Amino acid sequence: MGKTFQKPEALSDTITHYCPGCTHGVAHRLIAEVIDELGIRGRTVGVGPVGCAVLMYNYFTFDFQEAAHGRAPAMATGIKRVRPDLMVFTYQGDGDLASIGLSEIMHAANRGEKFTTIFINNAVYGMTGGQMAPTTMPDQRTTTSPFGRKVAEVGMPIKVAELLAALETPGYIVRQALVAPKYINRAKKAIKKAFTYQQENRCFSMVELISTCPTNWGMTPLDALKWAEEKMLPYYKLGEFKTPEAAEIEDPDS
Amino acid sequence: MGKVLMKGNEAIGEAAIRAGCLNYFAYPITPQSEVAEYLASRMTEAGGVFLQGESEVAVSYMIFGAAACGERVFTPSSSPGISLMCEGISYITAAQCPAVFVNIMRGGPGLGGILPSQADYMQATKGGGHGDYKLLVMAPASVQEAVEMVMRAFPLAEKYRNPVMILGDGLIGQMMEPVEFLDHLKVEPTNKDDWATNGLDTRKSNTRNLVKTLYLNPEELNAHNLKLKAKYEKMEREEILYENFNLEGDYKALIVSYGTMSRVCRTAINNLKAKGLEVGMVRPQHLFPFPHKAILEAAEKQSCQAVLSVEMCMGQMVEDVERSVCGKRPVHWFGKCGGEVPSPEEVMEETQKLVN
Amino acid sequence: MTYQHSINKDRCKGCGLCVAVCPKNVLEISTEVNFNGYFPAYQERPEDCIHCAICCTMCPDVAITISEIAEEAAAQK
Repeated sequence: MGKTFQKPEALSDTITHYCPGCTHGVAHRLIAEVIDELGIRGRTVGVGPVGCAVLMYNYFTFDFQEAAHGRAPAMATGIKRVRPDLMVFTYQGDGDLASIGLSEIMHAANRGEKFTTIFINNAVYGMTGGQMAPTTMPDQRTTTSPFGRKVAEVGMPIKVAELLAALETPGYIVRQALVAPKYINRAKKAIKKAFTYQQENRCFSMVELISTCPTNWGMTPLDALKWAEEKMLPYYKLGEFKTPEAAEIEDPDS
Repeated sequence: MGKVLMKGNEAIGEAAIRAGCLNYFAYPITPQSEVAEYLASRMTEAGGVFLQGESEVAVSYMIFGAAACGERVFTPSSSPGISLMCEGISYITAAQCPAVFVNIMRGGPGLGGILPSQADYMQATKGGGHGDYKLLVMAPASVQEAVEMVMRAFPLAEKYRNPVMILGDGLIGQMMEPVEFLDHLKVEPTNKDDWATNGLDTRKSNTRNLVKTLYLNPEELNAHNLKLKAKYEKMEREEILYENFNLEGDYKALIVSYGTMSRVCRTAINNLKAKGLEVGMVRPQHLFPFPHKAILEAAEKQSCQAVLSVEMCMGQMVEDVERSVCGKRPVHWFGKCGGEVPSPEEVMEETQKLVN
Repeated sequence: MTYQHSINKDRCKGCGLCVAVCPKNVLEISTEVNFNGYFPAYQERPEDCIHCAICCTMCPDVAITISEIAEEAAAQK
């Protein structure tokens, strides 16, 4: 019994700036493991967000572009259209993808751009100090919702995976979580499936990952995992919302 | 290679292809939508990439992503659309990526009008986006000149690793003029392996490239800005371009005007000449770097009594003309806005007021 | 097949997640601070470790590695 475990080659040696217990580190590692396993490091370009992960390019050993806030899907579109042979992914948080960048992600998904988006949903704006996000839970206290998110005033949290799955264009849209080892294993499978679809030039893919933000939730890392499992998972359901097989449009010209 | 009668917008699109730019991200906006309509089929025919994005904001970042991979890429837009792209332009300039933008100017501010203007001079030359950056700004006065400038823009953008902005206006975009595409203006793209994110395998390298604009360390950011500044100073030494008109004789007034407006001024100058009043003109062809020295020299001619900046806006280039002239002669402005193009008679009347 | 579990104490931020998820209760948080000011995790009961790598899966900092022990591997050839 037992197995080996090493840092993937696609991950650099740099110690991250993320808070203790922040699941960004887990997400980064899973992406790097998948890139190693698929052997695509030599032709991968990552597009990083504005958010805590703005410095993510320091943690990977392949080409990277830093996007403006919310614009990563547009940059990824630019890269993928001019260099369809490159494997391209964006990595975005709640503000980046679900707030300022909602138009860019919806249109990229709707056009079926063949890149992969990793969406880190931790229900808060981390880097800027814990403000409310479109994904903040009802009654959740943040620095800009000090009395709790008032649904009557600002609406319900946005379920991005469901939104993108509602588009007619085929795609791979899935939500998993990083809040316990069993979920992390499933998350890795989803990430690998998404990158594999890109390798096959099949469709747009998005993996939404329920994550934690211990610092801005005001919790210990362990309590943050528990809060996410108890409060977020009942609302943000895990699973595959769309796969290309189910929704593929027959191309009459092919 | 002969001359073809072409609409400015279409000629600009064709010029990009002739320049070896086969990637175009589009967003329609009056008065430049014909570029997108023309290239929608022509770019595909040429084996290139055509994509209509969801907004100018998105398009500016598609440009950034593609340019950062080392590919030639361009997009025209018009005033409100360029405003939307200004954030992206600030980023692209900070990241030192080459790209070509075209502004077919229309009346502003706000939604404004759809007729020609020159009201984005400041936006283009002083920066519509944030931070210390400059664009190399070209100002064609005819469809032929626009075509040549588009073709020269790509190698210049690569020479400086900086975006180039071509400032046209609705007249240049919409009118049809004879055009000749000069093959000798096409320059092959430079090798960008030392900085572009074109994939480790493409470069056969294990050193990854990073395109970023964030420099949290103040010494690093200052050093980065000094590096950018040095490029702009080099542009100021090497890329001054202007045309003199009727400066040989003893002109009593000097007009400074660019683009379509300069053609009206040319007619006004010829008419005044016939009436016995000599007026000269300096026509900047590059607005950044601005031909300060040429304008000062022309203004300092003994016979010259005043300088008149004629623009289709409420007076933007006039401030640069004032800087050029350094108080040596009075500097005035004349212009109209909103799509009203001053007539030769109006320019003549304004000029005559300034001299005795 | 013999495995070596090792925690890079300077990478570790002492978040305690590995301690919580270890099925064999092997790990604890040290009382000695590391280079960055964190109290890293360590194997208090290494003899109970089954090298399942669940701690590795949970660790956000890739602070834990499990290698095959070279001498054992070489001896098996």
